[in-house]
Amino acid sequence: MRFGACLLALAAMATGLTACGNSAAGSIVDKAKNDKKLVIGIKIDQPGWGLKKPDGGYAGMDVDVAKYVAKELGVPESGITFKEAQSANREPFIQQGQVDMVVATYSITDERKKKISFAGPYLVTGQDILVRADDTTITDVESLKDKKVCGAQGSSSPKRLADKFGTEWESKNLTQQQGYGACLPLLENKQVDAISTDATILAGFAAQFPGKFKLVGKPFSTEKYGVGIKMDDKSGRDAINTAIEKMFKDGTWRKSIDANLGEFGKFFSSPPSVERY
Amino acid sequence: MEAVVEELPVILQAFWLTVKLAVISGLISLVWGVVLAAMRVSPLPVLRGAGTVYVNILRNTPLTLIIVFCGLGLGTVMNVQFSSDDLSVNNFWLSTIGLSAYTAAFVCEVVRSGVNTVPLGQAEAARSIGLTFLQTLRLVILPQAVRAVIAPLGTVLNALIKNTTVAAAIGVAEAALRMKNMFDAHGDAIIPIFLGFAAGFVILTLPIGLLFGRLAQRMAVAR
Repeated sequence: MRFGACLLALAAMATGLTACGNSAAGSIVDKAKNDKKLVIGIKIDQPGWGLKKPDGGYAGMDVDVAKYVAKELGVPESGITFKEAQSANREPFIQQGQVDMVVATYSITDERKKKISFAGPYLVTGQDILVRADDTTITDVESLKDKKVCGAQGSSSPKRLADKFGTEWESKNLTQQQGYGACLPLLENKQVDAISTDATILAGFAAQFPGKFKLVGKPFSTEKYGVGIKMDDKSGRDAINTAIEKMFKDGTWRKSIDANLGEFGKFFSSPPSVERY
Repeated sequence: MEAVVEELPVILQAFWLTVKLAVISGLISLVWGVVLAAMRVSPLPVLRGAGTVYVNILRNTPLTLIIVFCGLGLGTVMNVQFSSDDLSVNNFWLSTIGLSAYTAAFVCEVVRSGVNTVPLGQAEAARSIGLTFLQTLRLVILPQAVRAVIAPLGTVLNALIKNTTVAAAIGVAEAALRMKNMFDAHGDAIIPIFLGFAAGFVILTLPIGLLFGRLAQRMAVAR
């Protein structure tokens, strides 16, 4: 119990510290206007969304959205510092002020809205299925019942299938690799028949190998990708939402989707409408 | 703590798989390791060379590399299959191959060090009454050698139990993989889950250390 009390005390100290950091800085809009600088959290290992290139630059849809929003807020590309955000550390990054915003395949959920706030969504996706290009037997989630499926460890997508089909199916038909990139060789060599997770992630990986894989295109869940900023930064949210809407309207959004996802861009046909709150 | 209690059936199932991996790989590597040790002390240079090369390569390669080679190299590219319709059976045996091949190198070295504890006179006496090399090894040397290295063999087995976590690299749903998945589902209980799994491994390894220590004392060759 004393150990627990220790942890609590530590946690209290940590939140106390971050609270100080937070109150010092105002809205992201003011910071962008005054400093002409922003620190943005992105993924650096997610093809099509946020990927570090060999030359040190970054490419992907999230990167494009981040640059566009920054530009609209008055920050030139040279004023952006990109920082790697992993799935598990995105909320703490924003709360502690280590980044000004996060654009990292970041799903808007009620749980997360208690800690940070979201602008967007700039994209709506769902769990989908990737199969070999010549496979015609898998048409929807039900046809996975007697197929071999690959998922990533620590991802919620394989769990959704395991809950649906039961533990015997899980043991016989589901393999969990260390990341979705590791599933591709298994799919190509017919060890598994399908990979299942967010359509966006599947499209990003598959776009690297044109003609080899195809998306089934029938999502069976809904994920909304948003831009994460500090809790209660209403003016920041509004400004980013306006920027995202402008990106939809002037065709930059479409161009960026097609550039990053290639033949799979067609699965993301129309931009969503942003949710202002 | 509730998360650990709630997930207890899954945790037990995961550790059962860990135990199966460890026991089967342990048995295979014990047999294979003794064979390798016999090769390394044999009078034939070819066998000695082959044994030395095997042990030095396997012992100096990271286990993750070996396991991933078994999964991707053997399983995916060379299409070695143990079951046509069950992925978990396939991954289980592929990782068992990797774990056994790796652990056998360590068993070999432990047994070989045991062979060196047997006085040279024993081998000379065996040869002088007309035993062949294999008979000498089987009837005289190995029984004394193995009894001398029971405690270090226990250490190798303990290392093997913990090394089974590397099988998660090719998707065997043992303790480490389940733990990773639980972190995702119970993000607020990371420390209790972590402690729960750590305790599970201690429960497995601690008695083995004690048992092998006791055995080593009882079986020691009195000289």
